[in-house]
Amino acid sequence: MESKKTLVLGVIGSDVHAVGNKILEVSFQEAGFNVVNLGVLVSQKEFVEAALETNADAIMVSSLYGHGEIDVRGLREALIEAGIGDILMYIGGYLVVGSQEWSEVENKFKQLGFDRVYPPSTLPEDVIPTLRADLGI
Amino acid sequence: MSEIILVDIGSTFTKVTAVDLSTAQLISQANAPTTPEDVSIGLQNAFDQLGLPHEVIMGARKLACSSAAGGLRMVAIGLVEDLTAKAAKQAALGAGARVLKTYSFQLTEADLAEIEQLQPDIILLAGGTDGGNTANILHNAQALASLSQGVPIVIAGNRSVGPEVSKCFPERFSTYLAPNVMPQIGKLEVEPAREVIRKVFMEKIIFAKGLNKAERLIEGIFMPTPAAVLRAGRLLSEGTDLTKGWGDLLIVDVGGATTDVHSLGSGSPSKAGVVPRGLPEPYAKRTVEGDLGMRVSVLPLVEAINPAVLARDLNWEQEKVEKRAKELSVRPELLPQNPEEVAFDHALGYRAVHLAVGRHVGRLSELYTPSGLVWMQDGKDLSPVNKVIGTGGVMVNSQHAHSMLKGAEQQPETPLELRPERPRYFLDGKYILAPMGLLAEDYPEVALKILKDSLNDHELARRD
Ligand code: B12
Repeated sequence: MESKKTLVLGVIGSDVHAVGNKILEVSFQEAGFNVVNLGVLVSQKEFVEAALETNADAIMVSSLYGHGEIDVRGLREALIEAGIGDILMYIGGYLVVGSQEWSEVENKFKQLGFDRVYPPSTLPEDVIPTLRADLGI
Repeated sequence: MSEIILVDIGSTFTKVTAVDLSTAQLISQANAPTTPEDVSIGLQNAFDQLGLPHEVIMGARKLACSSAAGGLRMVAIGLVEDLTAKAAKQAALGAGARVLKTYSFQLTEADLAEIEQLQPDIILLAGGTDGGNTANILHNAQALASLSQGVPIVIAGNRSVGPEVSKCFPERFSTYLAPNVMPQIGKLEVEPAREVIRKVFMEKIIFAKGLNKAERLIEGIFMPTPAAVLRAGRLLSEGTDLTKGWGDLLIVDVGGATTDVHSLGSGSPSKAGVVPRGLPEPYAKRTVEGDLGMRVSVLPLVEAINPAVLARDLNWEQEKVEKRAKELSVRPELLPQNPEEVAFDHALGYRAVHLAVGRHVGRLSELYTPSGLVWMQDGKDLSPVNKVIGTGGVMVNSQHAHSMLKGAEQQPETPLELRPERPRYFLDGKYILAPMGLLAEDYPEVALKILKDSLNDHELARRD
């Protein structure tokens, strides 16, 4: 059990969309990960602290309500500050606002420190193989 | 033999309570000044006051708790301030300790020098969820190992490295492994660590403080007094398998140096649409406010209240308030002698209760989201609590216990603090909480009955 990879999961900011978060929790667990689900309304501080205490291998951020860009600003920097700056970090949900191009959005969030960025209606099975590869399992 | 004697060796008084187990009634109570050089002398004096035949006293089982010799002084250490460090602090407080200081992240040279100065009786070392971070607790163990004095160390961090952490300490330290105070994020498990701390207190600290001299007269000193109070609260709240308890409650103890608040209750949101946030809090929660006390801590208390507010409460000039506070801080043994001095203590007591309960209870905050307002709750919602118990000399000896205790309840100016809304008030008029906490272990039915009887006899005038 101790050798399982640990993922910290949560919906960032003032965002209450709970359904996708629950689905991700179950899917990642079934795929053999140790999941620390922080639920909805999660602050940057909570992500950082949970990752630190659990020695997490990756952070999976969701944002649905359209304010993701503002909410995640500074998260990578906070992780660096806490001494876990090189942790793997993904984001998904509803990151597109209005009629933005996906490549533009993806680029923006990569600039903000995310290793992978996922468009709306991404399914867990689209993510899990990549996650395993990124974590070297 | 159906008598049992419960003993509380306090810093100033040694209190003894004799109970008849067959009828579940108090037989008699007495006290005598504590004799710090050899506590057995004061204890014998108190026994002599009980008015019971010598053979009865000799033959009875005698169980004790103690807050003498500075009580149980602890330092708590975790990784993240709001997570394992907070959990460690809660575990230590619930074990009845005075938490001298809580440290998070990696201990520095300066922290170590400070710990050296503080001279804790026990250090509680946590950090990392199970299977989580290991580097921090190992670093801190190595750092603590350099302390010149060997301190008992209770290790309650990441289970994966428990034994390894223990090995960091040279022989002059004794180490004890306890289950993690926070095995997972969002899961608090403080009870097992509390129990380990209690055992260390009983087996080691009693000797280190010379309190074991009492043991020629009694079976043993089983826990620090605040832990006994918390146990009594727990029994009274939960009841036993056979008898229903009182449900959620709050216990407030205003002292000369600190104000303690104990709550028994889940504290989950009582109002619809409120989202709980942060670390869950223990069902049996204790907080100690080191800056809110009526004598030794009167200056910081007046500071926390704001002297102008106190002056307004009393209808005094502010200088007069400050003068009296100074006087009490220099001569903490002073008791109020005239109506003005009584009024001063009354106002102080009310405000100390108000502040201490305000810090203990959870609070609501508003969060504006794109879809409107969301209410978030940090800490325990104690608004449904309908019984508040006052204990300690300040309350018990005052004519104004009722109005002082009312500082606990919800008021228009503190709408976001989740305080009891319209509680009934009770006074621990016979100092029954600590002894019944001691009795709770082996005779819960007897202890529960005596608690209920005694508190019911001391219900403070109902509000309606
Ligand atoms: C249900 C819903 C709500 C409910 C939420 C109830 C609840 N507690 O969960 C309520 C009514 C509260 C709500 C409110 C709002 N909502 Co809404 N809501 C939806 C809706 C209809 C469904 C969301 C859902 O549950 N989907 C199902 C789950 C399974 O999918 P998912 O969340 O997208 O997650 C999957 C993937 O995205 C992915 N994924 C998600 N996160 C991550 C993270 C990583 C790392 C990875 C790899 C993958 C991944 O995996 C999941 C599983 O497959 C969507 C529209 C839609 N059809 O998506 C709008 C939608 C998300 N909401 C929207 C908006 C605007 C709002 C409000 C601001 C509306 C308002 N003005 O009141 C508020 C915001 C409230 C708040 N503070 O958060 C917009 C967002 C637009 C944007 N981002 O630009 C949407 C897209 C509707 C729309 N088309 O306009 N909403």
